[in-house]
Amino acid sequence: MALAPAPESLLPLPPAMFHILCALAEDDRHGYGIIQDVTARTGGEVRLGPGTLYRSIQRMLEQDLIIEIEPPRADDERRRYYRITAFGRAVARAEAERLAQLVKLARASGLIPRKA
Amino acid sequence: MRWYQALLRLYPRSFRAEYGDEMTAVLAAEWQAAPGPAARTRIVLEAIADALASAPAAHAELAWYDLHLAARGLRRSPGFAATAILVSALGIGATTVAFGVTDHVLFRPLPFPDAGRLVKLHQDQSFRGYSRMELSPANFLDWKSESRSFEQMAAYANQSANLIGSGEPLRLDGALATGDLFAALGIPAALGRTLTAVDDRPELARVLVLSHRLWTTQFGGSADVLGQSVLLDNEPHTIVGVMPPHFNFPTREVAFWAPLRFTPEQLADRANWYLHGVGRLKPEVSLAQARAEMNAIAARFAQAYPETNARNAASVIELRDEVTRQSRLMLWALAGAALCMLLIATTNLASLLLARALSRQRELAVRTALGAGRERLVRQMLTENLLLAGLGGLAGVVIAALGVPLVARLVPTSLPIAQAPTLDGRLLALSLAVTLATALLFGVWPALRMANATSADALRDGARAGSSRGTERLRSLLVVGELAASVVLLICAGLLIQALWRVQDVHPGFTADGVLTLRTSLPLPKYEPTPTREAFYRDVLTEVRALPGVTHAAYISFLPMVMRGGVWPVTVDGRPDDPNQPHTASLRMVTPEFFQTLGIPLIQGRDVNSGDGATSTPVCVVSQSFAERHWPGVDPLNRHVSLAFADFTVVGVVGDVKVRGLERESEPQMYFSSAQVPDSGISISFYAPKDLVVRTEVPGETLMPAIRAALARIDPEVPVSDVRPLTEVVEADTAARVVQVRVLAGFAVIALLLAGVGLHGLLAFTVTARARELGIRIALGATRGRILGLVLSRTLALTALGVTAGMVVGAWAAQALQSLLFGVTPGDGRVYGVAVAVCAAMALVGSIVPSTRAVRIDPLRAIREE
Repeated sequence: MALAPAPESLLPLPPAMFHILCALAEDDRHGYGIIQDVTARTGGEVRLGPGTLYRSIQRMLEQDLIIEIEPPRADDERRRYYRITAFGRAVARAEAERLAQLVKLARASGLIPRKA
Repeated sequence: MRWYQALLRLYPRSFRAEYGDEMTAVLAAEWQAAPGPAARTRIVLEAIADALASAPAAHAELAWYDLHLAARGLRRSPGFAATAILVSALGIGATTVAFGVTDHVLFRPLPFPDAGRLVKLHQDQSFRGYSRMELSPANFLDWKSESRSFEQMAAYANQSANLIGSGEPLRLDGALATGDLFAALGIPAALGRTLTAVDDRPELARVLVLSHRLWTTQFGGSADVLGQSVLLDNEPHTIVGVMPPHFNFPTREVAFWAPLRFTPEQLADRANWYLHGVGRLKPEVSLAQARAEMNAIAARFAQAYPETNARNAASVIELRDEVTRQSRLMLWALAGAALCMLLIATTNLASLLLARALSRQRELAVRTALGAGRERLVRQMLTENLLLAGLGGLAGVVIAALGVPLVARLVPTSLPIAQAPTLDGRLLALSLAVTLATALLFGVWPALRMANATSADALRDGARAGSSRGTERLRSLLVVGELAASVVLLICAGLLIQALWRVQDVHPGFTADGVLTLRTSLPLPKYEPTPTREAFYRDVLTEVRALPGVTHAAYISFLPMVMRGGVWPVTVDGRPDDPNQPHTASLRMVTPEFFQTLGIPLIQGRDVNSGDGATSTPVCVVSQSFAERHWPGVDPLNRHVSLAFADFTVVGVVGDVKVRGLERESEPQMYFSSAQVPDSGISISFYAPKDLVVRTEVPGETLMPAIRAALARIDPEVPVSDVRPLTEVVEADTAARVVQVRVLAGFAVIALLLAGVGLHGLLAFTVTARARELGIRIALGATRGRILGLVLSRTLALTALGVTAGMVVGAWAAQALQSLLFGVTPGDGRVYGVAVAVCAAMALVGSIVPSTRAVRIDPLRAIREE
């Protein structure tokens, strides 16, 4: 296999991909599970449509951010499950740091209030 | 969930196959979890929005991916890629150039607002062979006041003049125009104002409008030029305006516009035809209605002024149509040839693509077996073909950009348009359309064909699959088409080359070699008196003749083939003129020695000489055809010819000159001594000799410094222009033909090469595909000769078919070209013979490598390899 690219080379990550990585960081999930997790995590703010979800999944598979795995439970073999890779974690971390850096900058310029 | 299944169709098929079920399952889960109708409505709306956003992106991503694959594939077979790109570039480039020029000249509206309503007005004197005669002032003014069809009717006359006021004296081509010309054309000035109707009044100071080019080259493009006074033929003119850069009316050479004003005598003149009429039709008036009205008016004047207007009709044509039949035909021939090229290029491309698809059949079959859908394969091949055509199109545009200036000579000078079409949006759109058509027509087809044929059979049989036979038949058809198109091009090019040779063989009536020509335009009114002019000619000719290497020198009104008109009615021996067939002659004033300088043979009598002065009897020299027409079998010497202003005695007969050019019939010529012209009575500014001709024994250009110095000593205010050898004048007469022949011959050569490549490709492929069969035959005892015969008989069959089809179409094309052929018969056997021979030779060359390969097949290896 070719050498994996540096995680930073994929930044900035499209928001949908970042949310998917966050959902998979905790546990392996199927598509509908990802949607539910993202919706719950964002308090209903972000609702991924099936088209957006699977287009992102397709690209993330190609970029080795996630892999497809065997369904963990026998009753669920109709569904396809996804797991985050080590590279996927590195990319998600890099993106989170990038965002944190941006928030820090915004604070420094007084756009948002400093933490109490 | 049927509605969602329908929505899924927006996605690429491969994406749908991979994720469609999952997506449906996700949506179904959401649907079930939805608490009520409002939530479900929201799901539907969100699903639609989601699909509309992500489906196009999925398509784009796939296309991008395919493009990468295609680029990689092409990099792996650079030979194929280069050939395919070159072939499409040639086709697209040639088509763009040819149609660009044709469109520029024949179709594109002239660069004036609502140009379809602009017409040209002529007096139609068809009864004596001039269907588009210029107008006389009195007739023009009457037409203008009587007609109701036009918003404006304007007149202009071409006028060259010397301009002093911006440095060196300059000789410029310009136009005198009535004030409403600019209103009729609908173009405002870029700076200042245009001429207006007020400027027509003779009592007002003269004004001048400059062309953009003159303004930038001579006046530094400065706005201060307005109000500046310059001398135009020694008359002060105030500059009032500058026209925009692309205003080329009436031709692109025009550098200035000055008011056209009439003296009372001119206003009454109905027999001096020198005005060009231009009109703008009223919106509600059709061309036919305007024609009917103008002809009714002309008929009334024919009755009212029978002496001058008898049998005169009016001709009203669209300004756009002021293109000769010959120019038109040349452009159509060019367009036809380009179409042939495009056809050959695209069939060649299709053939190449088919061969490539066939050679990849096994690879495609493997990929199908591994689960790639038919749609993916078609998509990928199509992307590759589009990429090829796109690259070819880009290269084609480069070829077009280089090629357009080469064919600029085919743009006639009679239209108010630029010299060459610019490679603008319209032309680029055309290239794009041709590119897309090429890619789709000739790319989709092989792609679909291969995708259909991709099957388990292909996997098993490799290149020997049944489909290869079908493809071979198709490719054979394409090769036959290419050969036929090459033969058509060869025949047309051959006939036109013959015609060109024939035209170039026409003797112009003079010997152009070793003659230098230049123009010294005499400023008026300083040179209006004949003695002043004569003194100038005498001084110049004396100095020039004294230069080493000069054998003869003389002056004439205009060079032949440069000025083709200057035709006057003449009365011979006082015989009353037949108004239905007036005698005319091409009139020129000359100084002594003119005939010797140009090598025009003196057949009888003498040249004009220094003894023929203002006080002696006016004499003239006529051309042989003049003498034969008016005095058949009688001695022409001492006979009389009368012009409007004088009676001349014939003292000599000289050979005829092709005044109107090599391809046209010229009027008989009449020359008289410039010293015997009265100061007034014939338009001196026009006819006074200004073209100096010098016969030299040394290269003409080496004498120019000395000649310029002499002229500057004699009169520094006389501008020198148009310095060129007389041979150049003669060459210019066939320049358009030469360009056309070169382009066509170039097309024919390329077409032939492409056909050869196509044939070679087909045969090479056949030999490879049939290697096993040929191997078995050899193993079974077939001789090399027999194998060779197999390949060659195929070459022969294809060539015979192609050549026959080409001859039939070629004969038809030749008929269409007949009026360009200058007497060469469209069925000229030699041309057809050469075309067939060349094509057959090419076919033979194309088959050499495949046939040697077929003969050298090692039967053991061929059989084992399969």
